[in-house]
Amino acid sequence: MSTPISERDYAHPEVLVSTEWVAEHLNDPNVRIVESNEDPLLYPSGHIPGAVQVDWTHDLNDPVRRDYLHKAGFESLLSRLGISKDTTVVFYGDKNNWWATYAFWVFQLFGHTNAKVMDGGRAQWEREGRELTRVVPEYLPTQYTAPERDDSRIRAFRDDVLAHQAAGKPLIDVRSPAEYSGEKLHMPEYPNEGALRGGHIPGAKSVPWSKAINPDDGTFRPASELKTLYEQEQGLSSDKDVIAYCRIGERSSHTWFVLTYLLGYPHVRNYDGSWTEYGNLVNVPIEK
Amino acid sequence: MAEMPEKLTELVEDMASITDRTERAEMLIEMADRFDEVRVPSTLATKPYDERHKAPACESEAYVWAVDQPDGSLKYYFDVLNPQGLSAMAMSVILGETVSGQPLDQVINVSDEIVFKIFGKEISMGKGAGLMGILKLVRAEARARLQQN
Repeated sequence: MSTPISERDYAHPEVLVSTEWVAEHLNDPNVRIVESNEDPLLYPSGHIPGAVQVDWTHDLNDPVRRDYLHKAGFESLLSRLGISKDTTVVFYGDKNNWWATYAFWVFQLFGHTNAKVMDGGRAQWEREGRELTRVVPEYLPTQYTAPERDDSRIRAFRDDVLAHQAAGKPLIDVRSPAEYSGEKLHMPEYPNEGALRGGHIPGAKSVPWSKAINPDDGTFRPASELKTLYEQEQGLSSDKDVIAYCRIGERSSHTWFVLTYLLGYPHVRNYDGSWTEYGNLVNVPIEK
Repeated sequence: MAEMPEKLTELVEDMASITDRTERAEMLIEMADRFDEVRVPSTLATKPYDERHKAPACESEAYVWAVDQPDGSLKYYFDVLNPQGLSAMAMSVILGETVSGQPLDQVINVSDEIVFKIFGKEISMGKGAGLMGILKLVRAEARARLQQN
């Protein structure tokens, strides 16, 4: 069993809440529980009472171009969910909060800093035998006013990554070792995962995203173990400008969350184009 | 679409006609709830499973097995290691119920397109790739038998 969040020596422990905390705040009008999953069937199959769903495809993505929603879309979304600037939004989801941190990251692009993640995610809530419901709540719409989306601080684009790589700055590849090495695309019977080339961005270190999680309960590892993983084993430090990537930026948002909030790194960006972009770019360097 | 098993054709047409996301989700959840009916028996495979049966690109870690039947068809079995992999379970049930026992030349004709007709066009790239991975293994098993004969 993992230690209490307060004992894990995180830089920003306030960003994580326990399942117990969520259970105590189910009826708190200043809290909005948000479920965000990779599998869209999960929320309708049962969710935390009072939780709303933020669907990555329908709610956060631009329907035409490969980008996230803009100011008007974000305002509409939060208004519909009954969220105001003062609402504490608590994200949780499947696969160790993989997509929950992705949604959390998108919310940060619009400056909704009053946000937290439920440690252990959906699986932990279920493991503890806590209530799930299929009732979809309705909340009074709010009038949410958002700033223009600001990608500069926590989002990296292709040219940022190329410059970063050329300068020898740290990159973290959070995919599986087989994706990192390009091994998967060498097996002829396997379809490529949306990229014409396999391998990784030169200089990127391989730190699979799930290594930040306790496999037993899906909670985040304490800071001491995270420091071993990222700093002792990979040479990262908080004074460095770090870019994390995966395939489409979902797993790397989890690592972005870990480095930014649990270890307190001030300069971490998520390259959401990730390998589906980089692995299809013409004439860029690749390592295997 | 090329000819594929009739039961699958009917199911795909039914699902493709659904425009309400909630209704579609409810039907798929009902299918996922039947997963035990297509789960691989322990007499056929036990964990850790042979990676050759693992569906490519499926983050829910789905596995596919095919057992030869006296009439030359295949009976398919599945497992999904992620207990939250409802879409993978639903896909497994759909395939298990509609292509098991069907002519192999029809099974190899099942197109990846059915994933989008069943789960909706807006399905994420990663999810779609995983579900197509399950289907690819189903087709591969049928194709391998046809090449042997």
